[in-house]
Amino acid sequence: MAEHASDAHAEDGHDPHEIEHIKAHIKVYMLIFAMLILGTILTVAISYIDFGEHWKNIAIGLAIASVKGTLVAGWFMHLISEKKLIYSVMVVTIFFFVALSFITIWSMTGSSLIGGGLNQHSTTGGAAHAAAVAPAHH
Amino acid sequence: MAHQAAHSHEAHEAHHHEELGFWRKYIFSTDHKIIGIQYGLTALVFMLLGFFLMLAMRWQIAYPGKAVPIVGAFFQTVFGTDLAQGGIISPDLYNSFGAMHGTIMVFLAVVPLAFGAFGNYVTPLQIGAPDMAFPRLNMASYWIFLLSGLIMFASFFTPAGAAKSGWTSYSPLASVNDLNHQWNGQTFWLIGMVFNITASLLGAVNFITTIIQLRAKGMTWMRLPFFTWAQFVTAFLLLLAFPPLEAASVLQLMDNFFHTSFFLPSGLVVSGNPLDVSGGGSPLLWQHLFWFLGHPEVYVLILPAIGIVTEIVANNTRKPIWGYRSMVYAVLGIGFLSFIVWAHHMYLTGMGTKISTFFQTTTMMISIPSVIILTCLFISLWGGSIRFNVPMHFALAFMVMFGIGGLTGLPLGFNASDIQLHDTYYIIAHFHYVVAPGTIFGLFAGIYHWYPKMTGRQMNVFWGKTHFWLSFIFMNAIFAPMFLQGLAGMHRRMSDGGATYAAANPVNQGFPDALSEGIIKLNEHISWAAVCLAIAQIPFILNLVISMRKGEKITSDNPWDATTLEWATPTPPPHGNFAVVPTVVRGPYEYSVPGAKTDFTPQNAPLSPERESKKSHA
Amino acid sequence: MDIPYTTKPRPDTGLYNAKVGIWLFLASEIMLFGALFSSYILLRVGADPKLVWPALAAWPSHSDGLLNVPMGAINTLVLIVSSVTVVMAWASLKMKNFNKFFMYQGITVACAILFCGIKSAEYAAKFSHYHLVLKDGTAFTGHLEPKQYFMTDRKLRQAKVEEITFLKDPQKGHAEASAEHGSGDEAHASHEPEKIKMSDIKRLTFWGPQQSTYFAIYFTMTGLHALHVVGGALVIGYLWLPGSRMWKTNPERFTNRVEVCGLFWHFVDLVWIFLFPVLYLL
Repeated sequence: MAEHASDAHAEDGHDPHEIEHIKAHIKVYMLIFAMLILGTILTVAISYIDFGEHWKNIAIGLAIASVKGTLVAGWFMHLISEKKLIYSVMVVTIFFFVALSFITIWSMTGSSLIGGGLNQHSTTGGAAHAAAVAPAHH
Repeated sequence: MAHQAAHSHEAHEAHHHEELGFWRKYIFSTDHKIIGIQYGLTALVFMLLGFFLMLAMRWQIAYPGKAVPIVGAFFQTVFGTDLAQGGIISPDLYNSFGAMHGTIMVFLAVVPLAFGAFGNYVTPLQIGAPDMAFPRLNMASYWIFLLSGLIMFASFFTPAGAAKSGWTSYSPLASVNDLNHQWNGQTFWLIGMVFNITASLLGAVNFITTIIQLRAKGMTWMRLPFFTWAQFVTAFLLLLAFPPLEAASVLQLMDNFFHTSFFLPSGLVVSGNPLDVSGGGSPLLWQHLFWFLGHPEVYVLILPAIGIVTEIVANNTRKPIWGYRSMVYAVLGIGFLSFIVWAHHMYLTGMGTKISTFFQTTTMMISIPSVIILTCLFISLWGGSIRFNVPMHFALAFMVMFGIGGLTGLPLGFNASDIQLHDTYYIIAHFHYVVAPGTIFGLFAGIYHWYPKMTGRQMNVFWGKTHFWLSFIFMNAIFAPMFLQGLAGMHRRMSDGGATYAAANPVNQGFPDALSEGIIKLNEHISWAAVCLAIAQIPFILNLVISMRKGEKITSDNPWDATTLEWATPTPPPHGNFAVVPTVVRGPYEYSVPGAKTDFTPQNAPLSPERESKKSHA
Repeated sequence: MDIPYTTKPRPDTGLYNAKVGIWLFLASEIMLFGALFSSYILLRVGADPKLVWPALAAWPSHSDGLLNVPMGAINTLVLIVSSVTVVMAWASLKMKNFNKFFMYQGITVACAILFCGIKSAEYAAKFSHYHLVLKDGTAFTGHLEPKQYFMTDRKLRQAKVEEITFLKDPQKGHAEASAEHGSGDEAHASHEPEKIKMSDIKRLTFWGPQQSTYFAIYFTMTGLHALHVVGGALVIGYLWLPGSRMWKTNPERFTNRVEVCGLFWHFVDLVWIFLFPVLYLL
């Protein structure tokens, strides 16, 4: 189906061939639609399951979101069968996005993502007023 | 060639029966050339205003506490007695001027002139396109840019005054600087920035699409004039580096207006009172997002100027550019690397040795492609019979001045030396050498070079050279002493030029002569040099305006005997640009080709039969 | 000379101008939202992990149920439906079926309006929900009686109010309340509202962006996303009604326009696909 999409884009759709292609597309769209709904239900359901450590929930949740995102970008946006130029632009963009977030997080948290290393950098202008607040239920 | 162009010019006018009215033709125009000129004139006006702010600051630095001559009374009227009592610039007003000078010069003057004006006017012509890919988007881009500029300037006239937290607007200072006014200068600054960035993004999308899609037949990537390459990379820098600052501006706007704590840490105390915010934010986050744009922005300022200079050097040495390909790869390399050097502006934030090593490494790496470009330009001069016309004067000066600016940047790229030099006048001197006698000379060169194409008349050569020599001398008289001041430790943000600091010296016995009298005295020299630089611009302004009507008319569409496509159009180019759709058959800088009839062979000149046969044999 | 490749693809790139343009624009959008997601990560990592909601400066966890998960999930489905209809609208045009296009694009616009409606209801619930820190350091969430929007302790003090009536939310850990997590807005306490003296209050504020960095990033990201929804809906609505005249004069270009604004719409959907779990669930 991937190859068909690019054909459908480039040409004017008068020939019956293309209508067939589009019909094939529509089947794929419906399949993706069902998968996206399933993914949404799954992601909500899994968030209520306790996997012991919370980072596991985060990893699974982000994994599902990434799959859903890939489905939308790949098939609804036809990225799976796009022209080379678009790929180049996207690769460059994603690279700089990763550079921005990775280097920023790296420089502000030391080596590890988890563990609140950020605090050591906060330039507090005076006595810490927030520390005293405790949870209310005990 | 001229004959052919003139002929088709008539044909063109006959073709377009419905003439657009004045408003559609000159004000709300979608023609890239009109938009380019609109950008150019607006940016020049902004540049002049930004320059005036600097003159007022220079007065305060040289003669702290004395009323500003001539405009003092005006200052008191406009800025009120709080900020300008008796025409004396208060530290707050000084901070405002400093922040706005930087902002105006970078975002409202140099980028719009380099990218908006020259990019708009020249790029479509150089690639043989009839217009930009999205003309209406182009118009929207200009008007949004103008709006952003007006918002920034409007803030001077609000009760709270303009932004005063530096052009970098570091949090938390920017968010707590003026807690009494919700609509303070910083709010205006941020809203202005959001519009400014939006305008740049629209422009960037348009430029890239145009260069990719609208190249004329035969205009392959390696036949693109270097100026177009520079614009292409610049557009990508704007496209991908500006959005994080837009996000950061939105976040700081939330901090200032909705009292969020994105950039405000817990436990912040302002003027002895704990700030009533939730806290938990990170001031460093702002710096990261700001400099993620901030550093590519440096290359946004410099690349178009390098592009202009390359065109002029090739044209006036009557030689092909030496190492065109390496220059193209170098400019791509600069574009790529400029995204991963940003934290060298943040060595003093204590980010750790690993990360600082990373940024020192990338910073040193980016000097390599810069040096490649500059070296190629210098070697291009070798053995050329150089035409010393006005644009070439500026182009040659650019190469030396940019060289000084670049080389003095190396000590700032190293953590150890940067700690010493950070926030001193050394920094000011360094980046002004890059931008003022660097980029702005490149832009002046571009104005003198393309003026005949835009207007059909030449600018006066004598006054052009006068403008050049005076500007060249006074630029150096301003910025060279600043290196000395910086090395002596003068801090860049002292509103009295270090007078208080120097007066405190006898008390601090351990540090005699921290700022010696000689260093302080330089302030006056610099300030008077700045006044002279202002006077030196008068010939330019008059030349620019008067030559439109009185300048010597050019007799050919290609007065400089250039090879690139913008000279193949009628003069000035009509709507739609080309009389005949050009077909490109060769590279951009075919000067002094052995055996050719003239010493220049335009990109679209048909191949001679014998050359054709030679090619097919090869 | 007319501008080439406005409709037909350029042979060497295989693309028409607007498609290059929209992808470049989306690239900048990736950097925009990318910067915001990075900020989210930094704020969250920077929050003190020892603090537990409702403590000030604590990063709330999923089980605190601050956001309305069912509403967020419904909105996710709404956007997914609209994403399908927008691509179906384009496919219908490709098959020369304008009526189907009209129906699908109508559904898309309706979904956009529904999304904004649900989002507004969520926002409104937050603006009448309160976070209270007492001077002894304890912190609570709850509602003011009678219901009030956008109230803060500063405003109350300016109005010389001396006492408020506060209905505390049921606390986490109470068995009967924890069963309904995910619907913090509707959860009703079994106990009575209390009178609290203003002199005992350190900070009282509605669940707006100023309440904490969590709500700050929530409102900023969803707000910016909602602006994208509104913008996209305006363009799609334009192409649905007045803009669709172009179908008669230049069907190919019209189809391209529908495709291009569809790409933008998918991107808006894509952002939400990440926003929903990141803000509501994790």
